Amino acid sequence: METCKLEKRGKLFILTLTGEDEHRLNPTRIDAIRSALNQIRSDSSSLSGSVLITTAHGKFFSNGYDLAWAGSSPEKIRLMSYKLRELVADLISFPMPTVAAITGHACAAGMIFALCHDYIVMRKDRGFLYMSEMDIGLKIPAWFMAVMSCKIGDARVLRDVVLKARKLTAKQAVESGIIEAAMDSAEETVKGAVELGETLVKKGWKGQVYSENRKELYRKVIDKLGVDETTDDVKNQNVAIATPTSNSKM
Amino acid sequence: METCKLEKRGKLFILTLTGEDEHRLNPTRIDAIRSALNQIRSDSSSLSGSVLITTAHGKFFSNGYDLAWAGSSPEKIRLMSSKLRELVADLISFPMPTVAAITGHACAAGMIFALCHDYIVMRKDRGFLYMSEMDIGLKIPAWFMAVISCKIGDARVQRDVVLKARKLTAKQAVESGIIDVALDSAEETVKGAVELGETLVKKGWNGQVYGENRKELYRKVIDKVGVDETRDDVKNVAIAISKM
Repeated sequence: METCKLEKRGKLFILTLTGEDEHRLNPTRIDAIRSALNQIRSDSSSLSGSVLITTAHGKFFSNGYDLAWAGSSPEKIRLMSYKLRELVADLISFPMPTVAAITGHACAAGMIFALCHDYIVMRKDRGFLYMSEMDIGLKIPAWFMAVMSCKIGDARVLRDVVLKARKLTAKQAVESGIIEAAMDSAEETVKGAVELGETLVKKGWKGQVYSENRKELYRKVIDKLGVDETTDDVKNQNVAIATPTSNSKM
Repeated sequence: METCKLEKRGKLFILTLTGEDEHRLNPTRIDAIRSALNQIRSDSSSLSGSVLITTAHGKFFSNGYDLAWAGSSPEKIRLMSSKLRELVADLISFPMPTVAAITGHACAAGMIFALCHDYIVMRKDRGFLYMSEMDIGLKIPAWFMAVISCKIGDARVQRDVVLKARKLTAKQAVESGIIDVALDSAEETVKGAVELGETLVKKGWNGQVYGENRKELYRKVIDKVGVDETRDDVKNVAIAISKM
């Protein structure tokens, strides 16, 4: 069953999470996303001046981990965590600017996935950014905190997001300094992402250098990705971080 | 001599630094505060949906370390530092949201103590937040800097607070993104803290999970609170006392 599709429009690569479901981050979906990212990296035109846009169909960008699928199985929980961390490693090292076009709710791990894009545009008429963990009594792993502290600069907003489980509309997210722009509808949001993408394409940046600079900027995240202490993942599993020219582990 | 009192109002625990003095953070006062925090933790109703409100009587929330008590004794200075760090560890791991109702000056270690609360409301008609160290020639320890950098996001405000010893009124503290709200008077400030407390109580959050998530959010502070590299700073402390 298809969980995402990849299109190419000039130098824009548009990755869409398909289907009207909650786009939960289970191994199947994460593998499909990573496979699409691999495809982009193998495309020779991606060496410079390209941009990734990630978006989704339906009411949800992503509602987080597939807790129903994992049930009470520690192995499944660990697997989802490990795969999400590999996906985030891919995104943080991705050799081009990344834009998330948020057309629905982005919650918990789904919000983390959104935050791991360089630019975020979001529809203003519906949908929340929401770290739900406090409300459902879940511990947030250190690596999630690293992502949030990299992407949310205001101390009170960060506290609200983490300790108050505050739901942010697109307008509030712009005012809080978390996202770029709030747009009128799902179509306008994708359109805005494409326009932003085109301005970034014009810069013609070298992909490998972009990747290295982003990794260094968000070094705090890279340093924490090897472990998820909330899934009993005490063994420091090497999360492979692909570079544009090789597949060396970091 | 009583240095603080603890009351319970429903699910709100209200800790008040009593007396009209400067509420200096000496071992006696810190022990009393920690003892109150222990009492709260032992209260079974504190397991979820509770809130701590910390406030003070008089002109001062807290004017910092008791430098006069410590004098030039390295042991006393070290003791105050280790006790304050234990208190901060308590606060950062405390199993419920914490609100500081600042009804007077909060300076140096007193400002750090205030900053270690999740929410801060403060009276707007008097009182400053003030890291006085630069003005009295004292080195600020790394763990203070960790608290400041966790709680003050704006780079220029951080610089002003640390390197300019800037005094912030409640209004400036709200504008600077440090505190949540500035209220008209001491009574209004406590009232505001209680109202905020009640909205947090309604959330019914699990206390242990709350404490764990806060520790992880402020991991930078937890990582630094074990050491105070300035604690043998006897010469500079003597100079600071002579300027008081």
